[in-house]
Amino acid sequence: MRSLATLLFLGGLVFLLTILTGALPFGEPPMLVGDAIQKAAADEVGAANFVTAVVLAYRGLDTLGELSILFAAATAGGLVLGSAQGGSNRRPAGFIMRAGTDLLFPLLLVVGLYIVMHGHLTPGGGFQGGVVLAAAFFLPLLARPSETLSHAWLSLVEGLAGTAFIAIGALALLDDKAFLTPLLNKGVLGELVSGGSLPLLYLAVGLKVGAELASLLSRLASDEATS
Amino acid sequence: MTTSIGVIFFIGAIGLSAIGIAGILLSNHLFRMVLALAIAEAGANLLLILAGYRWDAVAPIVTDPRTAHAMVDPVPQAMVLTAIVIGVGVQALALTLVIRTRQRYGTLDMRMARQRMQDDLDAAAGVTPSRSLEQPAGARPLPLPVEAAEAGVRHD
Repeated sequence: MRSLATLLFLGGLVFLLTILTGALPFGEPPMLVGDAIQKAAADEVGAANFVTAVVLAYRGLDTLGELSILFAAATAGGLVLGSAQGGSNRRPAGFIMRAGTDLLFPLLLVVGLYIVMHGHLTPGGGFQGGVVLAAAFFLPLLARPSETLSHAWLSLVEGLAGTAFIAIGALALLDDKAFLTPLLNKGVLGELVSGGSLPLLYLAVGLKVGAELASLLSRLASDEATS
Repeated sequence: MTTSIGVIFFIGAIGLSAIGIAGILLSNHLFRMVLALAIAEAGANLLLILAGYRWDAVAPIVTDPRTAHAMVDPVPQAMVLTAIVIGVGVQALALTLVIRTRQRYGTLDMRMARQRMQDDLDAAAGVTPSRSLEQPAGARPLPLPVEAAEAGVRHD
């Protein structure tokens, strides 16, 4: 009975969505805001990557909300799993894993910071680079399970990064502008130091996301090992 | 021609969402439900990206400021960036709950976990274990009649 209702519901949903999307002209989006942003973003924000311009400038408040959702999820995960007590008693991984981790750790750090710092020029940004940074700090835990990450340091980095994001946004208020308006000199479009305060915002986002995910991953790993 | 290709793309995205929702609703295994959630999210993200797609357009990144190209809509891409990050957070939270359930009840099967949870609740409430949701939990102690209870309070 439950399966039948589920299948009926699914059939209706698929039918509805197919009819709705079939009526849309594919490849010719009806939205006007995208065109307007493409015309104005290069002059108003100064970021070569328009997705970054949307994420950090036009919809900066939404990004702050997204960061708080991620923070709430990470905090709730830590609350459910409890504090990790010490390292697990698993044996260290084999030679290849340990040597590969030592080789990959600096590489991942450089790649992660590169992606974070070039978020306003190329595909990438704080979220993607932050995940790479979290992976860099999680790899040593896989290779040597007896070690642990310092959760105090991670919380400190996370809190400072979140405060920096809000502080940069609030600085615009002093200038009688809206919250999270891009500040500073916009520079030349396409250069590394351009886009005003957007690279600083993305650096804060990258550090925050990296610290949150690293602490969540290490909690998951140590909890799974001790159970 | 172009519209038929578009319909195929849309059906792919909608199909992914449908597979995910079916997995969530029909599966009884908790970990598979988390995986189905991820699949449904992928379908929803694809739908959003498709909504902003344009033929003969490039990614919304200025490579050469002197030549202007047509670009795809950057707004859905930014929304999908947001949705992916939130999806990761939700999946991590769901996995922590799955781990705790497995540690507490020793199973990932939802029906079995629910049954053991019901047994725990019954034991905590001091009633005879009820194995079925349809049957009542057995004889419970009736509350005192209202007059007697009030009289007892007054005499005290």
